[in-house]
Amino acid sequence: MAKSTQEIFDYLKAAYPEVDLVLESAKLGDPWITIPAEHWKKIAKFLRDDSDLRFDTLMCLSGIHYPDEVLLAIACHLHATEKGHTLAIKVKVPESNPNIPSVESIWKTADWHEREAYDMFGIIFDGHPDLRRILCPDDWEGFPLRKDYVPQESYMGINTKYTEVEASDD
Amino acid sequence: MIEIVQKGKSRPEMVINMGPQHPSTHGVLRLEVTLDGELVTHVRPHIGYLHRCFEKYGESVGDYGMVTPFTDRMDYVSAMNQEHGYVIAMERLLDIEVPERVEYIRVIMAELQRIASHLLAVGTFGLDLGAFTPFLYVFTEREKILDIFEKSSGARLLYNYMCIGGLMRDVDDDFKKDTEEFVRTFRPKITELQNLLTYNSIFIKRTAHIGVLPPKVALNYAASGPVLRGSGVKWDLRKNNPYSIYDRFDFDIPVGEGEVGTLGDCWDRYIVRVLEMEESCKIIEQALEAMPDEGDVQQNVPKRVRTKPGEIYARTETPRGELGYYIISDTSAKPYRIKARAPSFVNLSLLPAISRGSLMSDLVAIVGSIDIVLGEVDR
Repeated sequence: MAKSTQEIFDYLKAAYPEVDLVLESAKLGDPWITIPAEHWKKIAKFLRDDSDLRFDTLMCLSGIHYPDEVLLAIACHLHATEKGHTLAIKVKVPESNPNIPSVESIWKTADWHEREAYDMFGIIFDGHPDLRRILCPDDWEGFPLRKDYVPQESYMGINTKYTEVEASDD
Repeated sequence: MIEIVQKGKSRPEMVINMGPQHPSTHGVLRLEVTLDGELVTHVRPHIGYLHRCFEKYGESVGDYGMVTPFTDRMDYVSAMNQEHGYVIAMERLLDIEVPERVEYIRVIMAELQRIASHLLAVGTFGLDLGAFTPFLYVFTEREKILDIFEKSSGARLLYNYMCIGGLMRDVDDDFKKDTEEFVRTFRPKITELQNLLTYNSIFIKRTAHIGVLPPKVALNYAASGPVLRGSGVKWDLRKNNPYSIYDRFDFDIPVGEGEVGTLGDCWDRYIVRVLEMEESCKIIEQALEAMPDEGDVQQNVPKRVRTKPGEIYARTETPRGELGYYIISDTSAKPYRIKARAPSFVNLSLLPAISRGSLMSDLVAIVGSIDIVLGEVDR
């Protein structure tokens, strides 16, 4: 039987009464559950192994930057192949201390997703076996998908600034 | 570049770079392969050579409609499916109803594109293993599909044909006739391909028992598409989580069965693609029959896309697997965050797990059987 996010939230609340879980939603789209970073790994393991939940795949892990709240976050979209339910989870951390426990040991697919979130947002995943940049070169400066990102002026002597080329008449 | 490292072992290990300009890596993929003699002990894929950061573009272009051309350029081999995924995500976010005719045209386009993409996949897979002829055969067929696309959209590779709420323009007058004609002539060609390649004993020798991916591992790595189904997992979003109008059609989900080798080997992933082309033909035929002849394809297209704060993760089945779009909207005209979960990216991440212990020459077969498009891996 597929559970709704509300049902899963109640279920998690009952299993972890001490954890500050929040069910949130926006005006449009689907709701999500926000989990404090220090409890994320423990709950992730529970989500995968619990016989009523069985979230066996991590579909997507995306980084998000909230410059107004000075926060970085990840959004994880989980799916249970047998049960058929899906779940969105957010873990928010301050920009000054962007450490989130890695879930690579729970879902292997998180390996590259976490590397991408590190590459693009500078989120540090504690316990990740191989946290390197994945899409950008290893010596790239800055985190491109942060809202306040300023591209570096040049890379290996190549000008990286975009300059408008004036169209000629012919 | 070859480097020989002696690490206190009786035999030295050799590190070889395969790519980024290697014909069998299907684009600019670099594999750092550690070899013990001919045996692969470790593979480290290095990606990012095609990284253009479309997600940043998506956040900075004028509005939501202007993101569609960028989605085309992610997986340029199946651009229609990429657009389909994006417009479906936006329509679900904004709750836009799409006219019947548009749904049917989209499905037909998506399935034609699936055939074109699988043709390319099996053709180049054969090419990697030294079978040149099937490649030429499949390209002839792919050409016919591109002709159909060209007549309706004006482009052969990157279409920008679907838009939020509808289509850019109605299909060409000959669309129905052309597509019917294509499906009719294409069916015998699948049999021809089967005779040429599938049961060719050299091809079987090169693919059976190679790169075995057990179903449990596939799920843990969140593999999708033919890579997952090749391991015998009957999972297809068109059936298990129907989007658009896929619940109206009658079709099967082919899965690997280990017919000539082990379940989940390269041959199984290959045969799933071949059989899926037949299923796509079935869908196209049913859709052509049920498609309404009249209807304005632009009637529900919003003049300007206005959003409220919202979040959505919508996924569709592309030829390569599950394509997810995670979109965060706010009150401005641009997406706050738009992330594409590319199936090739995820499928490629399991390459080290399935190529350990294989021969160097089999690594080529394994990469070919995953069927990656680097435009999508790097985005």
